[in-house]
Amino acid sequence: MAAPKFDNPIVRWIDYRLPVFTFMHHEMHEYPTPKNLNYWWNFGSLAGFMLIVLIVTGIVLAMNYTPHVDHAFDSVERIRRDVPFGWLVQFIHMNGASFFFIVVYIHIFRGIYYGSYKSPREILWILGVVIMLLMMATAFMGYVLPWGQMSFWGATVITNLFSAIPLVGEHIVSWLWGGFAVDNPTLNRFYSLHYLLPFVIVGVVVLHVVALHTHGSNNPLGIELRGKQDSIPFHPYYTVKDFFGLGLFLTIFCLFVFFAPDYLGHPDNYVPANPLVTPPHIVPEWYFLPFYAILRAIPDKLLGVVAMFAAIAVLFILPWLDRSPVRSARFRPIYKQVFWLLVIDCLVLGYIGAKPAEGWYIHIGRLATVYYFAHFLVILPLLSVFERPRPLPLSIGEPVLGGGGPSPPGGGSAGAMERA
Amino acid sequence: MRNRLIGAALAAVRGLAVLPGAASAAGDGPQPPEREWSFNGIFGTFDRAALQRGYQVYREVCAACHSMRLLYYRNLMQIGLSEAAAKVEAANAFIVDGPDSEGEMFERPGKLSDRFVSPFPNDNAAKAANGGALPPDLSLMAKNQAGGPDYIAAVLTGYADPPEGMEMSDTQSYNMYYSGHRIAMPPPLSDDLVEYADGTPATVDQMAVDVSHFLMFAAEPQLEDRHRLGVKVIIFLLVLTGILYALKRKVWSAVH
Ligand code: HEC
Ligand code: HEM
Repeated sequence: MAAPKFDNPIVRWIDYRLPVFTFMHHEMHEYPTPKNLNYWWNFGSLAGFMLIVLIVTGIVLAMNYTPHVDHAFDSVERIRRDVPFGWLVQFIHMNGASFFFIVVYIHIFRGIYYGSYKSPREILWILGVVIMLLMMATAFMGYVLPWGQMSFWGATVITNLFSAIPLVGEHIVSWLWGGFAVDNPTLNRFYSLHYLLPFVIVGVVVLHVVALHTHGSNNPLGIELRGKQDSIPFHPYYTVKDFFGLGLFLTIFCLFVFFAPDYLGHPDNYVPANPLVTPPHIVPEWYFLPFYAILRAIPDKLLGVVAMFAAIAVLFILPWLDRSPVRSARFRPIYKQVFWLLVIDCLVLGYIGAKPAEGWYIHIGRLATVYYFAHFLVILPLLSVFERPRPLPLSIGEPVLGGGGPSPPGGGSAGAMERA
Repeated sequence: MRNRLIGAALAAVRGLAVLPGAASAAGDGPQPPEREWSFNGIFGTFDRAALQRGYQVYREVCAACHSMRLLYYRNLMQIGLSEAAAKVEAANAFIVDGPDSEGEMFERPGKLSDRFVSPFPNDNAAKAANGGALPPDLSLMAKNQAGGPDYIAAVLTGYADPPEGMEMSDTQSYNMYYSGHRIAMPPPLSDDLVEYADGTPATVDQMAVDVSHFLMFAAEPQLEDRHRLGVKVIIFLLVLTGILYALKRKVWSAVH
């Protein structure tokens, strides 16, 4: 890459000593991006945006929050009632966590649909799964901080899971708690980690982006770039598209923050934590429900915990379970259908996770759990062998140059997203 | 229009996940009837007259048993009391303060910066006076029950004779909307229990609605700020997004 020429002498002076502007130019102007990315490709930058929002609002909250069992609940109420615009910061942080998960889950399903985890993007994918795990840990510990009933009982139920580990389980649990129950030491360590982990996430996100920029984005056709005519510079094309997407996203996000801030939460968390009163239904935040359903689908505690972690672990090895050489589901007629079955399966698991473990719910939960694993461990390996993919276009330019014309066969589900 | 806007957004998210709030609302009692509240909707505001009547019901009836820890007397100015009137309300309360320079605790009249005094010194005293049941703090009652103010109004008006064959102990009453139907709160309201300064007839239903209105204020005194700012932010974002869309079309017109 030739060093770009900068007109501004100050910029030139700095860039000669610290080439940040060259770097920016390289990553933004020269970085070739497929010209056919649809709106599902907006969710990566949205996730990065939400991470920053959570960190900024979190730091402001931390200036006013008191991590002590006697004061935590009241300090959050104090933030809402008496800190200028504290209510806004708190509602943005609280709903921001939910929207962060919505964005990241869509981002992940995008990757699954278009086969973005396949060579040469396996490490990029794995780093993404690591980010998801870190997010889950961060959100779980963050939810404990306001010290409401669900904070306390959620923490109790989830930390107790570790007691299922043979021999050392009990020791691990009291080590996590820093005592013999969820109590002040637990709150303190969760607070400390809740402050730390987001910055670890930032670190992994940097690696994620480095891996991305090594081979560039995948695209809806899932084929390689064949030359200059297939790509456009990231800036201004995708910057303006990302900003438009951000505007749309913020509008929906703000509808929740300002007009339904408690919709995604649980009313019980407005009751201060009370170790003597167990709420009738202990449910985690909505973004954990599918995993919670898998946990409860298995009658044995240890195996349930194993299954729950395995549900995430299969994502790590996904690039090696799906051996089909074709990336995009558009050219994989059967895969496209099982993809949507997987989406439905995850929604069903989420629904079951919110219900008490009784009656029919148990059976449906078990069925959905079996299907979840079957999708990854049985269906995908078999499809790699038996499915006959449709012929791939020769290049991105080919279908797109036709005046933005008909999308390739099977583009159906994504069609509307592309035209806007 | 405004409801449809929110409805669409909520439906969008509902499509993505099944929500615990929606799921856990299914209790064992009948659903509390939905009422019209002036604070609902994106332009919703509190009704000052209702808030003041509701405060009167709280102070004259509920405050005998229920605390309201998170409110300060200064909050009364937000429901439309003048500063002088709020000071009088505060001064009617006796606050235990101290220790003074001699090391003694003393009582003094309340100030605007004091929290609402609680009827009992601690939870055990509250239970002892209520047949073993703890009257919960009401500050966040409108947020910590599914149904919120609808539910509170329903419980306050939901007393009835127990169905055939259901035994009640002396300290329990039958309530249609309370989970399990056996509530340890004796029916707190009866017609004309309070005399409203503005002449509104004090029926049980009227008092229940007024006090629920006030409890919604107590749970979120900043609700009106939230709505007001929200409308501006959404308008701003819609305009901004429209401009960005036009810009996007323009930048991309060369590509297609
Ligand atoms: C005589 C004392 C007393 C008075 C007066 C009283 N309450 Fe209660 N209240 C209680 C007790 C005791 C409980 C706990 C009931 C239980 O646990 O079964 C309670 C419970 C409640 C609940 C909780 C219902 C639930 O689902 O947990 C609400 C709401 C409530 N009271 C509102 C009010 C309001 C509003 C007033 C004033 C109009 C009021 N109470 C007056 C004693 C009282
Ligand atoms: C990965 C990013 C983050 C996620 C997913 C996240 C998630 C959460 C969640 C779910 C809550 C509970 C909110 C509630 O129910 O009231 C919370 C609370 C909190 N978070 Fe975060 N958070 C993140 C980053 C941060 C950062 C960087 C800080 C700064 C130190 C921070 C500070 C706090 C504080 C002080 C609370 C307690 C106050 C409250 O409940 O609002 N968070 N967080």
